[in-house]
Amino acid sequence: MSPLPFHRRKTVRLTLRYILACLLVIIFVFPVYWLFSISFKTPDEIFAFPPVWYPKSIQFSNYMVLFKDGDAKTVLNSLILATASTFIAMILGTIAAYSLVRFKTGGENLAVWIISQRMMPPVAIVFPVFLLYVFFGWVDTFFGLILLYTAFNLPYVIWMMRGYIEDIPLELEESALVDGCSRWAVLWKVVMPMARSGLFATAVFTFVFAWNEFLFALVLTRTEVATYTVQVTHYFGGQSNFWAKIAAMSVLGTIPVFFAVATMQRYLVRGISMGAVKG
Amino acid sequence: MSDLKITGLHKYYGSFHAVKGIDLEVPSGEFTVLVGPSGCGKSTLLRTIAGLEEASEGTIEIGNKDVTWARPRDRDIAMVFQNYALYPYMNVFENIAFGLRARKFATAEINKRVNNAADMLGIGPLLQRLPRELSGGQRQRVAIGRAIVRDARLFLFDEPLSNLDAQLRDDMRVEIKRLHQELGRTMIYVTHDQIEAMTLADRIVLLRDGIIEQLGSPLDLFERPASHFVAGFLGSPKMNFLPATLSGNTAKLSDGKKLVLGGKRDGKTGQTVILGIRPQHISLSGKSVAIGHARVAVTVELVQPTGSRVHVTFPLGGKSLVAELESRDVSKPGEKISIDIDMTRAIVIDPHSEKVI
Repeated sequence: MSPLPFHRRKTVRLTLRYILACLLVIIFVFPVYWLFSISFKTPDEIFAFPPVWYPKSIQFSNYMVLFKDGDAKTVLNSLILATASTFIAMILGTIAAYSLVRFKTGGENLAVWIISQRMMPPVAIVFPVFLLYVFFGWVDTFFGLILLYTAFNLPYVIWMMRGYIEDIPLELEESALVDGCSRWAVLWKVVMPMARSGLFATAVFTFVFAWNEFLFALVLTRTEVATYTVQVTHYFGGQSNFWAKIAAMSVLGTIPVFFAVATMQRYLVRGISMGAVKG
Repeated sequence: MSDLKITGLHKYYGSFHAVKGIDLEVPSGEFTVLVGPSGCGKSTLLRTIAGLEEASEGTIEIGNKDVTWARPRDRDIAMVFQNYALYPYMNVFENIAFGLRARKFATAEINKRVNNAADMLGIGPLLQRLPRELSGGQRQRVAIGRAIVRDARLFLFDEPLSNLDAQLRDDMRVEIKRLHQELGRTMIYVTHDQIEAMTLADRIVLLRDGIIEQLGSPLDLFERPASHFVAGFLGSPKMNFLPATLSGNTAKLSDGKKLVLGGKRDGKTGQTVILGIRPQHISLSGKSVAIGHARVAVTVELVQPTGSRVHVTFPLGGKSLVAELESRDVSKPGEKISIDIDMTRAIVIDPHSEKVI
């Protein structure tokens, strides 16, 4: 048998590559699809065997239940906590990073100490934090969790923003200082726009961390500010699991992150690769 | 009236002494060039004037106001940086208007000033572009535009042309000189390029190791350098230096040739000195020897035509000397020629103090 001509070989190789890519996509996307499909199924379809691959009709009843019982409020709680803590951590972290870079505050040691805070396993401080929060009356309050998430995210924000700010040419800032800006104006008008990609990329990661946080939310919330991650665990029962509710709640919990990543994608890719070059 | 007065200025970086006691007064409207080799402290001095570095000792006055501890924005200065320092996320108009907006000028005034500056610099059609869409020369024009709209008392230039290619550098040099004539403002310009210094300056401040080596008009420094360093730093091709021994009014070279010095010199008989002769002060012998000139017969070693002139290298007094001659005088290597050296303009340097005597 004579070997295939060059262009045929190229086509075959390309086809194989596409098949492999499709297989990988299916493996990764299927669980997500399954989650979505369960959330729209009737109880009969959920437990049917052989499995029903797609719901016969789209049922919103699972979602209706979540909203009627007030469970959906936990998604709003998560949104408030994640947004507020991200916002505060980004502002404080960027200012701190600017200080570390431009004024060499605390020398090299302070910067390393700050990032080392991030390496501490959260579970190690759950109990002391709980006692502290009981003492101050911060358990089950927005303030308590926002404070905690901000504290947890600050080292990460400072470390990332430090890298991005280091990349900004000093002359841009000096020129602004000569032209009439104060240090704060330089931070706002020069540093922030120059580090925009990095800011957004860091903000997305910070948001996702707070959004997915479970341990402290479980220990430090009761009913008022319970997050959706905590709420989902309530549907795992001793005798039976409420798969419909689990799926619907999980979908509700996925949507905000999906939008956050989708809108920031442009900056995300640039921001991550910026940090990769130097940081 | 002086726009800038510096008294006893020192700058330390840790144990490194970058600026070692500078006293300088710059009259209103003058174009002063700070020049010197890298590490001489010229950029540090400029940055200290701008307030981007803190003075360790001494005072700085701008417009008769002590600004030693004032913030950069309170010093009434505008500055052009080497790397242009344009904001990549703003178009040309906004870049030029940045300083005016920071100082809360009215929109109508901003428009007027930006358009004036753009016309002056020939960048009117580029106002809506982003910096990345401009060439190097255009970017530098925008950077200059940003400084001139400010209408500051003092304009500072930190090696603004060193990122440009040779052709563009010549054009921009002309542009800056023209701007100075039109605006009549006091300008302080840092460069390591002696051609830039010679062509632009009303007055040159030549720095070396953090001190002022010599200060004066370009011609002053060229014709009457105060030291070995100044003589060697300015001029192209470089000044020729020959070891010699003084004997009355005559310098005896190591090969026994004697050159009669023009004018009165302070050296003692028997003193070893260094004789400095500019390549431009050597010419091909004519019919008669002009007063104060020394006639020497030499053998041509190397010929470098530059177009209008020709650089001829020949041995004399144990050294290779360069003479800048007329192109039609061009000789071939090995050719024997007779040259006249203008000894009235030759300098005599004490090798110990390195000063001109």
